[in-house]
Amino acid sequence: MIKILKYSFYDLMRSRWSYVYFIFYLLLGFVLLFLNNDVSKAVITLMNVIIVLVPLIGTIFGVMYYYNSREFTELLLAQPIKRSSIFLGQYLGVAFSLTLSLVLGLGIPFVLYGLFGSNVIWDFSLLLVTGAFLTLIFTALAFNIAISNENKIKGFGYAVLLWLFLAVIYDGLFLMSLIILEDYPLDTFSLVASMLNPIDLSRTLILLKLDISALLGYTGAVFKKFFGTDFGLFVSIAILLLWTILPIFRLAYKANRKDF
Amino acid sequence: MQFLDRLVFIFLVLGSWLSHGNTIEVCPSCPVSSVKQGVSLASPYDTLLIKKGTYKEFDIRVDKPLTLLGEGYPVIDGEDQGEIITIVSDDVTVDGLFIINVGTSYTRDYAAIRVIKSKNFKIQHVVLEKLFFGIYLEKATDGIVYHNKIIGDAVEEFNSGNGIQLWYCKNIKVEQNNVQRVRDGIYLEFSDEVEIKNNISINNVRYGLHFMFSNNDSYEKNTFENNGAGVAVMFSKHIKMKDNIFRKNWGTASFGLLLKEINDADIINNVFEENTVGISIEGSNRIKYHRNDFANNGWALKVRGACYGNSFEGNNFMYNSFDVSYNSKLNDNEFKGNFWSSYTGYDLDRNGIGDVPYRPVKLFSYIVNRTPETIVLLRSLFMDIIDFSEKVSPVFTPDNLMDSSPLMKKVQ
Amino acid sequence: MIQVNDLHKKFGKNQVLQGLDLSIDNGGIFAVLGPNGSGKTTLIKSILGMVIPNKGDISVQGNRVKTKWKYRKEINYLPQIANFPGNLKVKELISMIMDLRQKPVDAEKLIAQFNLEPHLNKKLATLSGGTKQKVNIVLAFMFDSPLYILDEPTTGLDPNALIQLKQLLDQEKKNGKMILITSHILQFVEEVADEVIYLLEGKIYFKGSIADLRKKTGKDNFEHAIAAIASQSND
Repeated sequence: MIKILKYSFYDLMRSRWSYVYFIFYLLLGFVLLFLNNDVSKAVITLMNVIIVLVPLIGTIFGVMYYYNSREFTELLLAQPIKRSSIFLGQYLGVAFSLTLSLVLGLGIPFVLYGLFGSNVIWDFSLLLVTGAFLTLIFTALAFNIAISNENKIKGFGYAVLLWLFLAVIYDGLFLMSLIILEDYPLDTFSLVASMLNPIDLSRTLILLKLDISALLGYTGAVFKKFFGTDFGLFVSIAILLLWTILPIFRLAYKANRKDF
Repeated sequence: MQFLDRLVFIFLVLGSWLSHGNTIEVCPSCPVSSVKQGVSLASPYDTLLIKKGTYKEFDIRVDKPLTLLGEGYPVIDGEDQGEIITIVSDDVTVDGLFIINVGTSYTRDYAAIRVIKSKNFKIQHVVLEKLFFGIYLEKATDGIVYHNKIIGDAVEEFNSGNGIQLWYCKNIKVEQNNVQRVRDGIYLEFSDEVEIKNNISINNVRYGLHFMFSNNDSYEKNTFENNGAGVAVMFSKHIKMKDNIFRKNWGTASFGLLLKEINDADIINNVFEENTVGISIEGSNRIKYHRNDFANNGWALKVRGACYGNSFEGNNFMYNSFDVSYNSKLNDNEFKGNFWSSYTGYDLDRNGIGDVPYRPVKLFSYIVNRTPETIVLLRSLFMDIIDFSEKVSPVFTPDNLMDSSPLMKKVQ
Repeated sequence: MIQVNDLHKKFGKNQVLQGLDLSIDNGGIFAVLGPNGSGKTTLIKSILGMVIPNKGDISVQGNRVKTKWKYRKEINYLPQIANFPGNLKVKELISMIMDLRQKPVDAEKLIAQFNLEPHLNKKLATLSGGTKQKVNIVLAFMFDSPLYILDEPTTGLDPNALIQLKQLLDQEKKNGKMILITSHILQFVEEVADEVIYLLEGKIYFKGSIADLRKKTGKDNFEHAIAAIASQSND
């Protein structure tokens, strides 16, 4: 598996798209920092970008890579390699190269700007960690969709739909249920609902770390109380891990049963 | 004749100067070694010159017109025993003292300096530390509280006192004071015609400045920063608020300025910066909000309850998470000629006024008002999308709540 | 060496293989033939473990395909479509496969044989179809394995390369290897194959030497014989 990972990773590191992605983040980081001159503001803007763009790019990149490397996969399938290793290797290759682009792309401008001297380093690290998690999660979901759909167009469609659901529609449903149920105490409900969706969970985790959390009022205080504890942090990380691991398991399972 | 007259006059003046001017020196090694002793020895209009040193005293009762003048900031240490200086006479001046360790009590409001039912007092250049209440004016009139420094160590509301408190006072000037870490920096209750100018009130547990049932007061050019909440003005009329800075009053229930049941006030040329809520308005009518700057607040204006006849003109609203939040569909307040940083309209005739009206109430802020829990969706993509669609075709937000002449450029 | 018992495979509603039995023990070149959709590729892919049968058993050299993926070490496979990761150079692809298989290799000779030296430093995406197929052949033949599976090996080859391929096949046959080939070029099959395995409707309809086939159909011409066997089945 490590070998496949290595080759997929090298393959991607050569591809134009990794650089485009990397340069995009690099520019974004520089522009935000040097035009804004305020690291904590930059972190907020970055959060907006990360919770929308990272999942989208993870999804599209994952699906694209899977379909584009189908022949390569077939070549590998005839080699004495375990099936699940092939797919996990490719998945990790994509996910790692995307994560690397993200971390380096944003990290370099921040380090150059003197992040280590500033006290937002923890917020920023959290940003990168959630960004990395979102990449892992959405690439895994994308691979799942791709492996279950031979038809490229369908696969792309479902992938984008999935992104749309988690990034937008989920929040819409969440909002509606909050409004419909407004006569009941909603703190626990909203806490659970925002933990179940990895995008919402990431957003909440980052928001609570920033000054802006004061806007969240009473509900925010409840959230802060929960996420502020070791238990809350443990649960959030466990959920992010679960979101990562479950699709990976399904990928391995599907891979062992699929015909090529 | 004329010469004699003049001589008599000179004697008279000299005499009155002498009668006002006996100076009693107080120092640890002097014949008069305590302030109390000094006060009891002094005649009216004498000056107690208190030399550098530490005086462990409390319950100093000033019952005649005196000047207590410190030299090199003598320390009066109350050793947490109770109140330190109580002024019950007119024409008293306290100047240049360093007063520490006021006693804390749950039944009595011990103060560093208390003025009771007196006129023409002056408290200046005083430094107060480790205090419960700082300067407490009780039914006092015509006095000045000038250039004092009050540094408390309050952590909780229930066991701390206020920096400068005015209770049933009239015609008082509070100027150039610096109040930190007490409960309310400056507190007024039933006090009229008070002028509060050029003070700095920061890091206080509750409010930087607090009005209750006080009318015809004004505060100008003060800075309120990083307090539990900036300024609360409640149940008062005809208050003028000008040229103040409200900054960093940041916290879950925090605000720069709270107006509750306030009528006929002017809020002009203030700066509201980085507050959770710039101004929280409840049941307040006929107020002019002119030429204020609202920058980087969570909410610039949060309007709750019935508020009628207010006008918002020539203000700058810049980079607030929400410009205006409103909890009813009814609007009787006028917005015109403000600058809104999130205005995206155009100005074809180049007259500096946008050609399409600006609607400052976002749908999200409307929803949050209805169901506060929905705030957890802050900064989600979904909210951005519905805000945008509401902006394009408003359905939920009050129809006439808009600035029909939004400015293209910031008001300078 | 290859043992296939009662192999069933369905793709959706389409029953491709139904109860196929096959057993090959000796070396030689075996051509798997049959009309379109008869299950040639499915059979090959089942043997390679790329298609998972619904029912039935396959073993290669006594290893059951289902459970022991390591048997693939003993198979050299040439896939039908020669598409490789476009960002890799030819050289890198070859060394990658070498790295993955960890077996002794004789690539130099093959590269020379197919005149691939000038292409070694080119990216795969820039190669022509024929050159890609040559690379494909090099990858399939560079390891020394007892079993070769070649899916349409002649696609896109120029006459010279075709001759080289035939030589290779001949040589490996002499080394006692077992070689399974599918091809639409009957002339090529006739030239190289020792035995023909004819698939029809998901079963083996005929298995035997070309001579047997001619005898059975009564046609001298190989192409006609194949056509005849197909039409017989329609009767």
